[in-house]
Amino acid sequence: MENMSRRKFLKLGALSAGLVTLAGCATIQKTPIGGGTFEKSSSEEKVGKWGMFIDMSKVDDIDAIAEVCHHEHNVPTIPDKRHEVKWIWAEPFQALFKEITHEGIQEKYADVPFVATCNHCRKPVCVKVCPTQATFQSENGITLQDMHRCIGCRNCMAACPYGSRSFNFVEPRDYIEEVNPEYPTRMKGVVEKCDFCYDRLSKGQMPLCAEKSEGITVGDLDNESSEISKLIRENMTIVRGESYGTEPSCYYKVSLLEGEA
Amino acid sequence: MIEKTFVKRSGPKYWAWMILLIALIAVGFAAYIYQMTVGFQVTGMSRDISWGLYIGHLTFFVGVAAGGVMIVLPYYFHDAKAYGRITVIGEFLAIAAIIMALLFVVVDVGVPTKIFNVWLYWTPKSMLCWDSLVLPTYLVLNIVVGYQVLQAENKGLHYKKWVKVLAMISVPVAFSIHIVTAFLYSGLPSRHYFLTAVLPAKFLASAFATGPALIILICLLLKKLTGFDAGEKAIKMLATTAIYAYIATMIMMAGEFFTAYYSGVESHQIALTYLFAGYHGHNEFVPLMMFFIVCVVATLVLLIPTKLRYNKATMIVGCIALFLSMYIEKGLTFVIGGLSENPFGEIVDYIPGKIELLVIVGVFAIGLFILSLLLKMVTVVKYDNDEGAFPNKPDRTRLAYRLNEEAGTYVDTRPKPEPEAEEEAEGEAAETAETQA
Repeated sequence: MENMSRRKFLKLGALSAGLVTLAGCATIQKTPIGGGTFEKSSSEEKVGKWGMFIDMSKVDDIDAIAEVCHHEHNVPTIPDKRHEVKWIWAEPFQALFKEITHEGIQEKYADVPFVATCNHCRKPVCVKVCPTQATFQSENGITLQDMHRCIGCRNCMAACPYGSRSFNFVEPRDYIEEVNPEYPTRMKGVVEKCDFCYDRLSKGQMPLCAEKSEGITVGDLDNESSEISKLIRENMTIVRGESYGTEPSCYYKVSLLEGEA
Repeated sequence: MIEKTFVKRSGPKYWAWMILLIALIAVGFAAYIYQMTVGFQVTGMSRDISWGLYIGHLTFFVGVAAGGVMIVLPYYFHDAKAYGRITVIGEFLAIAAIIMALLFVVVDVGVPTKIFNVWLYWTPKSMLCWDSLVLPTYLVLNIVVGYQVLQAENKGLHYKKWVKVLAMISVPVAFSIHIVTAFLYSGLPSRHYFLTAVLPAKFLASAFATGPALIILICLLLKKLTGFDAGEKAIKMLATTAIYAYIATMIMMAGEFFTAYYSGVESHQIALTYLFAGYHGHNEFVPLMMFFIVCVVATLVLLIPTKLRYNKATMIVGCIALFLSMYIEKGLTFVIGGLSENPFGEIVDYIPGKIELLVIVGVFAIGLFILSLLLKMVTVVKYDNDEGAFPNKPDRTRLAYRLNEEAGTYVDTRPKPEPEAEEEAEGEAAETAETQA
């Protein structure tokens, strides 16, 4: 040691400190918090890909659906439009389907409010860009968000072609009138989105929006005999932003027949 | 060596500048704390424009950092000796620029305490993950190479061979940092302004124009402030590099316009129309883009004709115009312009927040502080070791040496170096260093 210059000593010190830190990192175990295991409810049939069929002629009040959903999931009601957090909301037809130029359809629907929510795409681009896998696809095709892992980089928001993601620009807990203790609240600085009522599905219940409105049907898109597959086959349906290669799973019914809305 | 940034020839102007920067850093830090306390509502970002000025600046400064390679590459690969004196300036500029780029990520992230989740849950298909790998790599390479080269010079030695190897490795890494940053945008399916294969090439070309232009300005400023002379040849070569890269950038930009308007595909036109002419009553960016066009014309007029390019006054104006035009295009309008049409077909305005601007000022101050420290170190080391770098240096010892030699009264009292064949070339420099020690 006596031949060691101050510079060498400092270098050696920094190096050993770095090595100790690295060694510490290596011992971090990736066990789930709480150590529990997730058990699937036995009542749930194996679903290949969850999807949604929306018949707007049977949906009366989108705002009422949104209220139920947002209350259940502790989604804050933020007055500033730029900083809104929303999981399901109303948007005029022409805003959702810019690319559909059919005159008859345009005439009939242009300003009619339609349900807008996450499309739970088969190939979600948000999942692809997320640097931490905070947003991921469940094995039955639901795009979920781990709000504890999210670092709030908002790459997913830039990537989502459907504007379905919300960032907490303000402290969300200040804007929740009545907290539902069954569902976690969020901190500011993280992204959140519709979770297709994943927890309810695992208990054998339907998503809240589908339960609340008969115009919304959810089911297995991969199962040809499921109700939703039948509805999609038998009706004229459209999806949002088809050209982006994301394969959205929300199908909207449109019709030009007399008497059908 | 770092001690030279404090003691040697630090006049009151240097100290005043550094104290000013520290004050600005403090202001920026306070603004950042405020932003993290009340949330990102203080920025101009919204649920539609989810990336704003921070990420725009990240993109621009990654470009500045990559631009330094336009000195490093010719010097280490093609033996461009004229750059020998200023390679270290290119490397140190890259250090400051990368630190700024990384800080612009940190201030942009909603939960910075969790930022290392990016490394903990490594996700190769995410471009941000690759950014988090190549940016620190390039930073470390530049710190090691720049410091080693300057330290060797300080000791009057030639830098070691492995340093050159690292410098050569840093060249492809420099390209990669900007390519990955371009991929961040060009892979997003629904953002038509971003979704173009020319983006990585355009980013690189504009970086290779911006970097050299900035280095010219830095060198000329150093000459004015310290007397450091980068060498006329190096400056001329840099100016030529800058304008060639700039022309390439402009060809690609013109190509974007052609594709959008000749093809007639509306989705490709919206961002360009919004930025340059206004769209559906939204024309916030039009004055800025008009200024951009003025800068582009000024750059082309002042830097293409050789006479004007090599004339100091017009070169300076040309380089400033070049830098400003690329800062406007890449740093200020690229990200916001690409996101301003939201998925529902509306144009959303971006009004920068005061706090956001103060945070940006703070990051700029940090970058300038680091750059000032590093350049101070460079000039002091060069002053002591590089004979030609300070043509006006009042060198008493050299004068005394010459007078003594002419009079035949010179006696060399310095210890003789080991008679090794290898060391002969560097012998003189080594001797000087030893005498100093």
